[in-house]
Amino acid sequence: MSRLVRMDQTGHTTVAEWTLDDAPAVEAAVRAFRAELDNGYFAVVSEGEGHAEQVRELPVDATLVILRRPIAGG
Amino acid sequence: MATTALPELARVHWRPRTNEQLLIRTGRLWTASTVAHTIPFVGGAVGLTALLPVLAPVSLVLLAHAWAIPELYASRGAKVLRPRRGASGPAERIAAGLLGDLVGHGARELYARTGVALERGSLGVWLLGQAGALLIRPGGRRVNCYCVKVLDSSLPPSDRIAHLLLALRTDEAGFATVANLSFSGARWRVRRRLDRPAREALDAAGAEARRAAGRTPRT
Repeated sequence: MSRLVRMDQTGHTTVAEWTLDDAPAVEAAVRAFRAELDNGYFAVVSEGEGHAEQVRELPVDATLVILRRPIAGG
Repeated sequence: MATTALPELARVHWRPRTNEQLLIRTGRLWTASTVAHTIPFVGGAVGLTALLPVLAPVSLVLLAHAWAIPELYASRGAKVLRPRRGASGPAERIAAGLLGDLVGHGARELYARTGVALERGSLGVWLLGQAGALLIRPGGRRVNCYCVKVLDSSLPPSDRIAHLLLALRTDEAGFATVANLSFSGARWRVRRRLDRPAREALDAAGAEARRAAGRTPRT
């Protein structure tokens, strides 16, 4: 089971869940993913210490895709 | 489709992208700046006392200035690791779980004790707090303090750190470019301004930076 989670004030919210053999769930996840990016979130797939990849399209084979807000110098 | 550069770099397009040489140059400039602030006061104190010993109290004031200016800079740098409010509650527990999944076992334990996340990078060892990050340079002597945060104050503390962690992992040099440098100098100067948990994290990062320097000698 793959998950798209958004870091927010609740800790995090699961926006979508899917498996590769469940086409409707994948389509729903892709739609949710695009909607979150349109809302200003960035999507990241963490690949362990020191490595993460920012993605602009949902990597359907990833187990966890995390949505984050922009950062800025304080 | 994957991208490697932080999109936040567009907001600071005028800044040169951070790299090893730029960090070395910046460190030297900070040291020179500290010396330039300090030497006139020390010289004035010595000169005054030599010329008119009766002015020794004035010399002491000058020496106090010479001591205080670098301390104020270090204090500003240490602020990025000072704990903020909102470190409890269900949202924080959920956020801490996600952050714990992202970091390794050792970093997870350190975070539980100190509230600071440790991450090894190519530029040094990073300590991530809610309002910024410390970069402990290879060898562990110099620390760069960066003010950087997520643009959402409603997030629980662990989520704020997770935001910084993911941005750092995506593009370490870009992360250091986006962040505002608030201090660069000796690790001991920052350490004395931290609370006990953050000191433990800084000590762990310093040890890791020394180990890393031993593995990869730098010129």
